[in-house]
Amino acid sequence: MSSTAEAPGPEPGEKKTPRTQWRPLGGSTIVVTVLAFVAAMIVGGVLIAFADQDTRTASSYFFAYPWDTFTAAGRAIGNAYLALFEGAIFNPNTAASGTLSGYLGPISETLTSATPLILGGLSVGLAFRAGLFNIGGQGQIILGAVFAGFVGFHWHLPLGIHVVAAVLAGIIGGALWGGLAGLLKARTGAHEVITTIMLNYVAFYLLEFLLSVRGFQAPPYGQAISNNIDPSARLPHLFGSSMRVNASLFIALAAAVFFWWLLTRSTLGFKLRAVGANQFAARTAGISVERGYVVVMLIAGALSGLAGVAQILGTNPAITGDIDAGIGFDAITVALLGRANAGGTVLAGLLFGALRAGGVQMQSSTGTPVDLVEVVQALIVLFIAAPALVRAMFRFRGTGDAAGAGQLAKGWNG
Amino acid sequence: MSVAKTSEVREPEVIVHEVVERPVSTRRRIITGAVLVAAGLLCALGFGLGSRAGFDATFRLSAVEQYVAVPDVVLPARITCLVLGFVVVALGAYQLVRGFSRSQLRWVVTVTIVCFVLAFMCWSMTGRKGTEIDVLGLLSNTIFLAIPLILGALAGVVCERSGVINIAIEGQMIAGAWAGALFASVTHNLYIGVLAALIAGAAMGWLLAVFAIRYLVNQVVLGVVLNVFALGLTGFIYDAVMQPNTLTLNSPDVFQPIAIPVLSKIPIIGPLLFDQTVIVYATYVLIVVVDVALFRTRWGLRTRAVGEHPKAADTVGINVLWVRYRNVMLGGAIAGLAGAALTIGAIGAFTKDISSGKGFIALAAVIFGRWSPRGATAAALLFAFADALQTVLSFINPPFPIPSYFLAMLPYLATIFAVAGLVGRVRAPAADGEPYVKG
Repeated sequence: MSSTAEAPGPEPGEKKTPRTQWRPLGGSTIVVTVLAFVAAMIVGGVLIAFADQDTRTASSYFFAYPWDTFTAAGRAIGNAYLALFEGAIFNPNTAASGTLSGYLGPISETLTSATPLILGGLSVGLAFRAGLFNIGGQGQIILGAVFAGFVGFHWHLPLGIHVVAAVLAGIIGGALWGGLAGLLKARTGAHEVITTIMLNYVAFYLLEFLLSVRGFQAPPYGQAISNNIDPSARLPHLFGSSMRVNASLFIALAAAVFFWWLLTRSTLGFKLRAVGANQFAARTAGISVERGYVVVMLIAGALSGLAGVAQILGTNPAITGDIDAGIGFDAITVALLGRANAGGTVLAGLLFGALRAGGVQMQSSTGTPVDLVEVVQALIVLFIAAPALVRAMFRFRGTGDAAGAGQLAKGWNG
Repeated sequence: MSVAKTSEVREPEVIVHEVVERPVSTRRRIITGAVLVAAGLLCALGFGLGSRAGFDATFRLSAVEQYVAVPDVVLPARITCLVLGFVVVALGAYQLVRGFSRSQLRWVVTVTIVCFVLAFMCWSMTGRKGTEIDVLGLLSNTIFLAIPLILGALAGVVCERSGVINIAIEGQMIAGAWAGALFASVTHNLYIGVLAALIAGAAMGWLLAVFAIRYLVNQVVLGVVLNVFALGLTGFIYDAVMQPNTLTLNSPDVFQPIAIPVLSKIPIIGPLLFDQTVIVYATYVLIVVVDVALFRTRWGLRTRAVGEHPKAADTVGINVLWVRYRNVMLGGAIAGLAGAALTIGAIGAFTKDISSGKGFIALAAVIFGRWSPRGATAAALLFAFADALQTVLSFINPPFPIPSYFLAMLPYLATIFAVAGLVGRVRAPAADGEPYVKG
């Protein structure tokens, strides 16, 4: 124990490299990212083999016929990952039907799953850049979905205006919930990690309440489900109704461009980054740190609200209790993998979207629990967070940028 | 590492205490006073005049099978609410005009909360004649709900006092809950289940320690990711292996309460505190041990030194990284015990996401309790009380029906108010979350 404790971190000299970029996980190259993905999939494979009944049966006589265990494990892992691929990218079985949805169906599912993840990832990433941890994605998504959904089924506006109004309502809903946490932090110093988590629960029960109220709940009032969204408020499908991918994908991409512009081209973004880099220096330079907290949480909440919009106006026909579908928490891993910048977050969202879409197929066709995807996601981020570990595992020497671990260490005291 | 050297680290502690008594700013004084007056008026006018005249509020204080029967406390609801409300208004008025000092204010806020809750309970009993609140049941439920929170909060304190942020309490808890249920089922021995829970929690703590201390990963990020990892892994194994083999792998016994001979016969607190399971007794012991150890022993002094000023601790010869490894794993083990309290200490079988956010609430308790074992325990109790109260209230009919969903929000809202209002700007251990690199 003592020997590991003494193991050196990065060389002291490397600490002095300027932190030009926000690196929560340490600078690491694409190679490390790919290796982290491979390592996570290997661990996932071990879990699949462990969960497989045939493999466990074969392992009971491992010493008599060891090969049986390996073939059974190999078959289980191969089938599971094949199903993952078929669900996420291309499925030869459905493609054989020759229809467009047969070819593009899996990609459509990946993009549909990726859209809210990208938006949520941008939300978390924006807060990261200002030095805040937005763990309240769940609550903000719920509020965004509730606001957008309410406008979507309760107001009856003309075509075109309706969908815009609903999207705006979703933005407002998410921004309110995020801004509340920002305001609490700015005014009272309540740590946003705590308040956002608590606001998640409050939002959840608020939604449960709304789903039991006449006017919100759909008749005949038996199930906890809202009225259906009017067709005029729905975001249009991109390739016909046989595939779920819809215009919310463009909202996500536009949000990514906005994110990039805000942080790299605008004065506000500069201020927010200054607050994130060093709040004391920012305050000395005349930037209102408190206002920064409120503004960044408002925008972050709005982005999460858009994820809720994507869920309710794009994918789901009505609001249910699990409208957030775990996106709030997955968004954190997306933002981390995406290094809290726009392009990275889009790519990370696509990767995790593919894992999500594939995971559903994997569970239905091979019985491998979909929780595996969560484990793989966590492992990817863990491995990327510790590039030195990945390099040691693959006996690969990193160069230059990848060598350091100049991560932003932030404690409770800001 | 002689005693003479370590005693030098104590000095900054003294300085901190001097800073504590700052005068309260006028603006904050007026805001606090106004909030207190508003709360008092709500008690008096809202609950007092809101309760139906002539109704009594009955607080039942003895269980049916109790050794010494304690008579019920019967209060006239409306007058009680009025009196409690005026007490709070008076406190608020004094705060507005003269202002309490910071240390007094803490007591004032405590009294206000007690008055408010009592008034609320009185009011809620006036919906129907003969409604009574089983105070004993309420309190015993509070303790039941508080145990995992207290243990989780202690885990956080032990870990964070040494300078490593522990957002992964939730993950350590669920790992402990899972291991406890699984191993107790397989071996048919609850103590092996507890041991497995401790080891599983410590293993999660070890992961946190390795990535935080050796690989210098941002600790908040790390905690969140480890939670996802633990939740996913236990959920995966549950779905893949435990669910199909429930009888052999997921049906552990549960700890039965053991009455302590004399103490359990004391009216009210006897059955409440001294007729409990082994895990609950272990929690009592741990609260005292962690509190004493942290402030009265060499281990505690070193822990705090490493958490406040690792460089100074290193200079006097304390092995900073080793102290951190040890504390993080110890914290993980305590959180693992909290998990065991959820499965083999309560309902037995493990289910997916059984900790359902309790680790985060424990984390809030750590911050609300200002990183002290006593404070964290009190915060955990407060939260558990809010949770127990909402269960009680959902069974009685207040004069004005409150949807159960809002009652379910109560503990979380209480935490937000507590963290935002009562605590204000808290000061964490100075080096909490900052990796230490020798150099």
